[in-house]
Amino acid sequence: MADQADFAAEAMQYAPQLFSGAMRMTRNRGDAEDLVQETYLKGYRSFHSFTEGTNLRAWLFRIMTNTYINSYRAKQRRPDETELGDFEDLYLYKHLSTLQNAGLGRSAEESLMEMLPDTEVKQALEDLPDNFRLPVILADVEGFSYKEIAEMLDIPIGTVMSRLHRGRKAMQKALHDYALQRGLVSEKS
Amino acid sequence: MNDDTTSECTISDDSMPDCAETIRELDIFLDDEISDEHRHAIRAHLDGCMDCLGAFDFHAELKEVIAVKCQNDEMPPGLLSRIERCFGTDFDGDGRIG
Repeated sequence: MADQADFAAEAMQYAPQLFSGAMRMTRNRGDAEDLVQETYLKGYRSFHSFTEGTNLRAWLFRIMTNTYINSYRAKQRRPDETELGDFEDLYLYKHLSTLQNAGLGRSAEESLMEMLPDTEVKQALEDLPDNFRLPVILADVEGFSYKEIAEMLDIPIGTVMSRLHRGRKAMQKALHDYALQRGLVSEKS
Repeated sequence: MNDDTTSECTISDDSMPDCAETIRELDIFLDDEISDEHRHAIRAHLDGCMDCLGAFDFHAELKEVIAVKCQNDEMPPGLLSRIERCFGTDFDGDGRIG
């Protein structure tokens, strides 16, 4: 049984990661701040149920994910967008040549890190419907395993895998389209 | 990466996954959720197939880009101290901390 007096010393180190995760979930700073604060309070109150030696970061993300699903998602009143277009596999990779031909792609020396602006990567992720966004955040941003994500979202591992696959493709389509738009804008000006 | 028979891919060993099978395993390979046996088979394919290797390298790089660029948010100043102030406070007045 974990001692509540140790909570701050053990848990506060994860605040930056929780805050970034909260930003991608809520898509706004005020809500993200509230969500992180609420997560820590709930964690503090139930720390006695945390099994020492297990993954505290995963435990905190589980609390945060549940809190987001139960209160923030409802509050944001976005339409329940479960629909997501089905795009071909390796979407961005296969369409890179189109971008390159349009003079938008990376040169041989330019890495993807340089080619894709931070704002567009964040936007592409945040535009995904919740069902797909949460698995992608937990896997690609936070690095949790399929099993951990399945437990956090209370869905089967197979569902985690298929949502990740479709969510990633949709994100790639968005990244491709943003690059294309950026190219058209700079062409006009 | 070519699914058709005109592929330049030189893999001919029947025990090795072909390009289509290899690409199907891309997610679990890069997510490190693949069994050791499968990982070796995929590695062997990638060693002989530049097409698939290109796709795998691209997606490994993309995954890294997403992780880095979606995690660089600056924390609001004061959030940490606000949270820590909450610990040790009896909010609901039930005589218990928290």
